[in-house]
Amino acid sequence: MTTLAPPAAPEARPVAGERAPSRRHRLRQPRGHLGHVWTWIVILWLCLPIFVMIAFGFNNTKGRLNFQWQGFTLRYWGQLFAIPDLTGALINSVTIALIVTGLSILLGTPIGMALGKYRFRGKALTDVVLFANVAAPEIALGAAVLSLFITLGIPRGYVTIVIAQVMFDIVYVAITVRARMASFDRSLEEAARDLGAGAWTTFRLVTLPQILPGVVAGGLLAFALSIDDFVITQFNAGQTLTFPLWVWGATRLGVPPQVNDMGTIIFAGGVLLAVLSVLIGRRRSA
Amino acid sequence: MSVTQMPQGTAVVDTGSGLPAGAADTGGAPAPAGLAAIELVGVSKSFSSRDGNVQAVERIDLAIGQGEFFSLLGPSGCGKTTTLRMIAGFEEPTQGRILLYGEDMVGVPPNRRDVNLVFQSYALFPHLNVFENVAFGLRRRKVPHDAVRRRVGEVLELVQLEGRERRRPKELSGGQQQRVALARALVNNPRALLLDEPLGALDLKLRQAMQIELKRIQREVGITFVYVTHDQGEALTMSDRLVVMNEGRIEQLGSPREVYEQPRTRFVAGFIGTSNLLSGRVARVVGGSALLDLGPGERVVVPLRGGAVPGQHLDLTVRPEKIDMTGGPEPPEAECRIRGRVTDVVYLGSSTQHVVVTSTGASMVVFSQNRGTSGEASAPTHDVWLSWRAEHSYLLAEQEQAGDEEPREETGGTQ
Ligand SMILES: Nc1ncnc2c1ncn2[C@@H]1O[C@H](COP(=O)(O)OP(=O)(O)OP(=O)(O)O)[C@@H](O)[C@H]1O
Ligand SMILES: [Mg+2]
Repeated sequence: MTTLAPPAAPEARPVAGERAPSRRHRLRQPRGHLGHVWTWIVILWLCLPIFVMIAFGFNNTKGRLNFQWQGFTLRYWGQLFAIPDLTGALINSVTIALIVTGLSILLGTPIGMALGKYRFRGKALTDVVLFANVAAPEIALGAAVLSLFITLGIPRGYVTIVIAQVMFDIVYVAITVRARMASFDRSLEEAARDLGAGAWTTFRLVTLPQILPGVVAGGLLAFALSIDDFVITQFNAGQTLTFPLWVWGATRLGVPPQVNDMGTIIFAGGVLLAVLSVLIGRRRSA
Repeated sequence: MSVTQMPQGTAVVDTGSGLPAGAADTGGAPAPAGLAAIELVGVSKSFSSRDGNVQAVERIDLAIGQGEFFSLLGPSGCGKTTTLRMIAGFEEPTQGRILLYGEDMVGVPPNRRDVNLVFQSYALFPHLNVFENVAFGLRRRKVPHDAVRRRVGEVLELVQLEGRERRRPKELSGGQQQRVALARALVNNPRALLLDEPLGALDLKLRQAMQIELKRIQREVGITFVYVTHDQGEALTMSDRLVVMNEGRIEQLGSPREVYEQPRTRFVAGFIGTSNLLSGRVARVVGGSALLDLGPGERVVVPLRGGAVPGQHLDLTVRPEKIDMTGGPEPPEAECRIRGRVTDVVYLGSSTQHVVVTSTGASMVVFSQNRGTSGEASAPTHDVWLSWRAEHSYLLAEQEQAGDEEPREETGGTQ
């Protein structure tokens, strides 16, 4: 599952989106040969599984095992949706990821704003809960949410997957928005009010544009975390299959190249979104 | 620079509520005639914080006239910003009323008050260019497109920023950002413009240039300016009238000349300019003036405002530039004269500052112009006479009384 999305690195950038010039500057700084070589080794190492995943999507494999290179073919790309269960699982994964991203943004943004903006009773506790949520092992969270659903008698399925993932992903949106909010000048909102804007207009025209990079970064994180989530989903899926669950189930029999192709598509989509968000962030701050 | 005409009549942003045409020019010192632009009646504000209540503003009464350049002057933490924010609507007074053209503003949110605030930090919207920053207020009122263009163009010309419409605030210098902040407020043609230390972030040269600039703009647009500063020079040069505030209270209200030459309290005398404080007991009261009991040959006369009885302790102040300093024998014809010894001489270019310790132990500062005539350059340890006219002795109210009595009633007829 590691192949599907290398989430943190590209998406995290828009948080510091306005620093683009200094980043370029840093790259131009002189650096020792060793450092150079080492950097490239690390980058290659990180990319290797992705290259392997993409390559084996073009493997002309016979049977269900896809571990040995047997020649180039576009056959499996042509039969991309030939396995109905897999296609259904992919659709589930994508729709769940979109819903989870939307809900996480809607629910996480106000939390991040409140944390960055106000001092209130229980703020320190909220902070602790947020970071505990990030730090806690996913398996513990997944199990805990499952026992909650069982206690409440809620049948597991699509909806419980969404609920469990949102619980987990809200935090990432809240944290990125909060970081953005911390550097937000409150007097901008007062200036907007002073110039005749009501509360909603002030949010729409002044606050939101300022925290948008944080919202986008948090949303991308939530999407990436959701689409390849296995642990939490596995606990709360019931009979519903998602892409990672299907792949996991298939490994015993052999993973068909279509999985690699779908992985490639998801990866490409993630990269595209990340690049777009960086470009938009750069244009805004320019 | 062409003079941009911005009479209220042509304003595209008329809020409909019948803005009084033109500004009733009150010409300075006297309290505004007719309807005040802004009136504060018994306004107090306290903040509750972890270590108890902070009384930021205490029972302030003010009436600011239409078209007036009015300053709030005082040291850090005296409640200037709080007062301004209450007028703008960002804080509600704990007590008292705030009237805008006679209309009670309590409970009205900032976006419904026809005043605009220029923030000390400018608070320009970083994601909008200069044009959109300035147009923000007009767009909120649904002013038609070409009216916005025209009006923003006019105001940018007024603050001399034509041709910079497409820049982002970050791409402007501090002084230019300041002008954008000013334009963004002025463009709405508010009933009053509130400025919170608008020049505080600029260097001295630019600040002085902007002072002149601000004054010009205020004259051209005729809008009431309420100006907060802790810089006494700024307040004295720019204001029609000002209040000196201390610990949330008004110490004195008056024209710059009144406040400078006739400080009512020890605080005002000390805060504004260099001032010499003298104190002594009343020896005699003659025709509305008190003669103080001092050393042989010395005499200090101070005009009284109320009564005084012999033996009473009085504080008075004399501005350094009103004092003549002479060596040799006592100046017999001087109304006030006091003996002293020079302890310090500081050459200031156009003038020289002498520090003189008097026979009573008070330390007095004297400025003398360097005209090249003799008798100016006294060296340390020289014995000298300081003399001045009785009218330049200025009686100070006692410290405790300053806030308790109603300062507002007395500022008019002080002599
Ligand atoms: N939101 C607040 N909560 C608590 N106390 C406050 C608040 N705002 C102001 N104060 C207190 O009120 C007093 C007056 O503050 P204010 O900001 O009006 O002073 P100021 O005259 O503008 O000073 P400065 O010249 O430093 O800006 C101060 O003691 C300040 O600590
Ligand atoms: Mg202040």
